[in-house]
Amino acid sequence: MNTTSPSLLIENGRIIDPSQSIDRVGRLLIHGGRVAAIDPAEGDLPSEFQRIDATELILSPGLVDLGAELREPGNEEDETIATAGVAALSGGYTSVLCCANTHPCIDSHGAVEFVRQKAVKARGVRVHVIGCLSKGRAGEQMAELGLLHEAGAVAFSDAPRPVPNDALLKRALEYCRMFDKPIFDRPENPELAGAGVMHEGQVSLVLGLKGLPTEAEDLAVARDVRLAEATEGRLHVGPVSTMGSVDMIRRVKSRGIQVTASVCPQNLCLSDDELRSFDAKYKVHPPLRSGRHVETLRRAVADGTIDAIQSGHMPRAREKKMNDLDLSPFGAATSETTLSTVITYMINEGVLDWITAIERLSTTPAKIAGIDAGTLQVGDAADIAIIDPRPIWTVDSNAFHSRCSSSPLDGHSLNGKVVKTLVGGEVRFEA
Amino acid sequence: MPQVAPGEHDEPREHDKPGEHDAPNESGGIEFPESWRQRHLLDLERLSVEEITTLLDVAQRLKEMTGGCRHKLSLLSGKTCANLFFENSTRTRNSFSLAAKRLGADTVEFSSTGSSVAKGETFVDTAKTIEAMGVDWVVTRHSTPGTPHLLARELDCCVLNAGDGPHGHPTQGLLDMLTIRQHLGSFEGLTVALVGDIAHSRTARSNLWGLSKLGAHVIICGPPTLVSQRWTELGFEVAHSLDDILPRCDVLNLLRIQFERQGARPFPSVHEYAALYAMDGARMRKAKDDILIMAPGPINRGVEITPEVADGPHSVILEQVNNGIAVRMAALYLLAGAAERFKEAS
Repeated sequence: MNTTSPSLLIENGRIIDPSQSIDRVGRLLIHGGRVAAIDPAEGDLPSEFQRIDATELILSPGLVDLGAELREPGNEEDETIATAGVAALSGGYTSVLCCANTHPCIDSHGAVEFVRQKAVKARGVRVHVIGCLSKGRAGEQMAELGLLHEAGAVAFSDAPRPVPNDALLKRALEYCRMFDKPIFDRPENPELAGAGVMHEGQVSLVLGLKGLPTEAEDLAVARDVRLAEATEGRLHVGPVSTMGSVDMIRRVKSRGIQVTASVCPQNLCLSDDELRSFDAKYKVHPPLRSGRHVETLRRAVADGTIDAIQSGHMPRAREKKMNDLDLSPFGAATSETTLSTVITYMINEGVLDWITAIERLSTTPAKIAGIDAGTLQVGDAADIAIIDPRPIWTVDSNAFHSRCSSSPLDGHSLNGKVVKTLVGGEVRFEA
Repeated sequence: MPQVAPGEHDEPREHDKPGEHDAPNESGGIEFPESWRQRHLLDLERLSVEEITTLLDVAQRLKEMTGGCRHKLSLLSGKTCANLFFENSTRTRNSFSLAAKRLGADTVEFSSTGSSVAKGETFVDTAKTIEAMGVDWVVTRHSTPGTPHLLARELDCCVLNAGDGPHGHPTQGLLDMLTIRQHLGSFEGLTVALVGDIAHSRTARSNLWGLSKLGAHVIICGPPTLVSQRWTELGFEVAHSLDDILPRCDVLNLLRIQFERQGARPFPSVHEYAALYAMDGARMRKAKDDILIMAPGPINRGVEITPEVADGPHSVILEQVNNGIAVRMAALYLLAGAAERFKEAS
């Protein structure tokens, strides 16, 4: 930790920390890159410190993203570790889990080290690495999970590719128990999903577009949770998008099985009706589902059946997205708008209160990933998002920090913006 | 309405120009419909009843003025129509070319094989390049739904959808409707069955919007793997037995099985499909005496229709082909007129 950074006193802000059930106006002292005190007495202040006035602003633990594609190495036309880092910081994220689908993929000690080193050099967001579940992400043989774990991988996944091989997933869940690392599966049955480009339903029927049926996800979730139960391994499924997934996750959780789930912000506010424009910015994964699914997901986030909201950041270069719906890849830049989307569509609409929203975006994701983050406890790293909940702004995806300018929320009017993002007590982003 | 003699309209005439508003000319002119605003023809779902009726009226008028789509007018002389086809087509492409030529426009042909699309250019760039050559209409066919809509957003010229995957084929829908109207007068109270591969059929998706808007009762008929029950949510009747619905139908539109679009076979065998759904002589005896038999073609003889029905007295398949030129003339004429008005206004 950077011990040379100055002491900071953030005053008059509304401090929200779900890990300590704090939601009150106060002041927060940062010393040596760590949270030194909340509401320190005058006598406890160091001799020299800088002040940040946070009147009317919210202080939250920095957000934790359970999975973003950073695209480097191999697809730097889409995004780099540096640009993804700035994009994440501007969205209030201080920790990001990097998906393993780089080229070459993250299935070796060297690949983990490359991403970590690059991220340190970029001095942006903290990057944690998800290692491949299978060698070469080929879905056949287990990757060297133990060595990846030693190299610092915090979880294992072939996402965004699902794990179609049941036996492989079962073996990996069993094997991972010895280092207590979670396996992330993006649930999808490839035979049922086929070459679908959008949610299969009334809209796809009318538009003649190939559908992704809900049962493609439901079947995969059913398999996943059953294998988690059988192996007692740590499993995280997500992002999920269907009523069927929610129903199954709710049932297995009520039986005490250790499964967690996450959802993407666009699946909480947009439906498949958007595809009537035939605009590839709405070709995202998981697909935008019909209104009934959206409503179910919103309730599931509120009642905790869905533990976490992840950005689902899947940046793709403009020239790839500027195509017809079959050729355009799935993907969008979402890390810059996730928090504002949650404020606008979940907090403002009364589905979540602030402290629960921060819990879903920060505290719980950190727990799932098993990383020290998502909290403002004294002694922990001062990873903090300072949020102004007041401004209403219009999303202009061409102005994104990400290299990807495609967003399903482009043109939407959103509420709330990140003012400053601190990593280890250092201001790394300032609006 | 008197038919126009061959060669009578070879020279441009003032009142022939789109956008002009002369008084109706009994001797064979055409008046541009004041209310028409559309610069693109993308699908029938988004058109109003009035717009569909206008298209059919203008098509009928132009058919008469060209002596059954045989003679040439100069309504659109000096304009250029580009055919931009990313999927194979002979009939529709030639029909659009002929329609443009019958109204005096020039045509230019592009196809995906042998053009820059094969070299990796995106189809939007290809279309922009062609537009930059100074064309007034781009007629496009593509295997992906929504591509004409994407082009309409990106291009300034008129865009006509000549088929976007299984989604839309508005001129096919219109030519089917024109044929029905010529025979049966109106759509009110008619029962029209679309039979066959609805899942992969742009003809079905164009017909069902057009017909239902104009008052016909539409039945969608075929095996459940090709005819989704969800169509009922949109107000259409779904049937799986052709024999059950046949006695009620005024019109049968027999859609081709699109083997090329299907992944896994949606039915066990062609033999089984034909036994259940092919329109043959035996089924004709259960149908109404004045039933119209239509097919968008190309027809698979022996699959959805037997030769005795395809070539029989109830079949209007070849009339449909001729009406195709008429509705395409109407579409080109109306869109060009709207584009000129739009240009003048801005």
